[in-house]
Amino acid sequence: MTAFLLHHAPALMVGLPLACAFLLLAAGHAGTHTRNHIFLTGLALGAATALLLAMRVLCNGEIVQYVFGARGASPLVPGNTGGIPIRIAFIIDAIGAVLLIPAAIISTLSGIYSLRSEESTDGQTYFQPLFLLLTAGVYGMFATGDLFNFFVFLEITSMAGAALAAYRLDGPEATEAAFKYAAVSTLGALIYLMGVGILLAEHNALNMAQIARAIMHSGVTTLDITAFGLMLIPLLLKCGVFPLHQWVPDVYSRAPDPVTAFLLISSQASLYAVFRISYTVIGPFMPLAPLSLLLVIMALLSMFIGVTMALVQHDVKRLISHHAVSQTGYMLLGAGVCIGLLDRPDALAAFGREALAGSLFHIVNYALYNSLLFLAAGAVIHRTRTRDLNQLGGLAHQMPWTAACFGIGALAIAGIPPLSGFASKWVIYTSVFRYSPLLSIIAMVVSLLTLASFAKVFHSMFLSAPRPRFAEATDPPPAMLLPMFILALLTLLIGLFPGFMMQRLFLPAADALLHNAPYLSLLGGHP
Amino acid sequence: MLKPLFLNLPITIAMVVLLIGLWMMLRRRNLIRILMGLSLVEAGVNLFLVALGYRHDALAPIYTGQPDPPPLMVLPTVQALTLTAIVIGLATTAMLLSFAMAHHRKTGSLDVEDMRRLRE
Repeated sequence: MTAFLLHHAPALMVGLPLACAFLLLAAGHAGTHTRNHIFLTGLALGAATALLLAMRVLCNGEIVQYVFGARGASPLVPGNTGGIPIRIAFIIDAIGAVLLIPAAIISTLSGIYSLRSEESTDGQTYFQPLFLLLTAGVYGMFATGDLFNFFVFLEITSMAGAALAAYRLDGPEATEAAFKYAAVSTLGALIYLMGVGILLAEHNALNMAQIARAIMHSGVTTLDITAFGLMLIPLLLKCGVFPLHQWVPDVYSRAPDPVTAFLLISSQASLYAVFRISYTVIGPFMPLAPLSLLLVIMALLSMFIGVTMALVQHDVKRLISHHAVSQTGYMLLGAGVCIGLLDRPDALAAFGREALAGSLFHIVNYALYNSLLFLAAGAVIHRTRTRDLNQLGGLAHQMPWTAACFGIGALAIAGIPPLSGFASKWVIYTSVFRYSPLLSIIAMVVSLLTLASFAKVFHSMFLSAPRPRFAEATDPPPAMLLPMFILALLTLLIGLFPGFMMQRLFLPAADALLHNAPYLSLLGGHP
Repeated sequence: MLKPLFLNLPITIAMVVLLIGLWMMLRRRNLIRILMGLSLVEAGVNLFLVALGYRHDALAPIYTGQPDPPPLMVLPTVQALTLTAIVIGLATTAMLLSFAMAHHRKTGSLDVEDMRRLRE
């Protein structure tokens, strides 16, 4: 029985939250209590399976592969169909595993948070199934080894995300944000699908490992590069980097707070796909210097424009959303520098590998501290009913725990030691410095501006003179405080043991991207 | 110059449909028309996928009872992909239309130029 469950864990990771989502819809008339139980069970089962798989991959150093509809490790293409690729495979290697961990943690924590923060809104019956769908979609994006299957999960997350972003219909802003998000995501996904179609027609495969093998044997063609571009642009749009970032502040600031916290992870799943496609599928077989240059320029502009736009905001959630764009720039910077060094093994070993590991490290840290910031800001909005920084003030007296959590998140995003943001930014600074000192200096300046921005926010929300208007405000209930405490604790712990995290998690994950031979030999292939 | 376009007529038509859709999405101001453009883009992509699987003088891909090696058949995978994409497209269109309806109910307008509340 245990062996059976372990074998099918990749399917269960996506299947259990999905099953609970539909169960919740069926149990619509059951009381709130029952529904909350089903909701939490779905989240916990999904997270437990994801963490179990991640442990298996990271501790044993193996790559988990699971072919749907096949017995054991039987081949991807069934013998009796004339070589037509119809089977879907999940492949979880070190990088997928490393990113599944924050996804599992944040989906569970923001789910717990939503129990109290969304209890006053109508239609809980639909909120919770949509949240479970979003969770299943994100796990699927990290686990799948199939380009078309990735499209399906991308659409599931986009749809569930857009529906959740419009969930609070308190004004026209919510539908406006959701409409933009859904329209842009759908258009992007269709363009991605065209790229997948071209690759399928050329290589008769949808599996990433198979396509990479085919490209390795036949060499890169113009058609491959076209398909690559068609797939890359929508994915960059979905992860919200300049100049494709306009939807980010709208959606993040209007979605309910626990949803925003988790949407961060769904954006990072698209960034993961950018890395996977460019490093594993096509990167090793062509010079990527132009792509590297493009990514680095996009990264610098995202960092800079995100932070300057944030300086002028007075809506607290919108301000944090602009910082999200800026932080995404850091991840793209490390990975973009590394991608240009793929054909220079000496530079890659000297600092390229570290730059990539740093940017993966930053993805995880960013997911944790930015959701912490959104949840803490959400707690303030929940208690004061305003999100305007000019009206908020003096809340440290009434909401000390929220203030402490927000403070930890703010220091982490600004890169102050010993918090997690400093650890990953430091890895990025030092490795990128050896590529080009200028890039590193710009990154540090952006970090200073981030600090300035958050000093202002923290002061105007928590420190200035107490306002009589908010005399009644108190810390939120435990169900909302507990997720914030856990995230704050993780931010602190990761910052205290950066060397351990790099050695055990992020350098292996970077190696999984850089050395693609094990990946290419999956599913009965011979690289 | 025009010969390759005619040789690949299905793909050319798919691209034309896609470009009309894109043009509508970018140039129209009414939300419903933007969604019509999105549907056209979707139709273009679906046509493109089906056209990729086409083989001249080929049979439908039913392998049961065929000799070995089987005769030339059109590619079935793209058809499966298209079917999935159509279902997903239906869901997204329905959702976007309901957003447009909710927006109209709140503001009484379907004009994108009015969608400026979130701009700063």
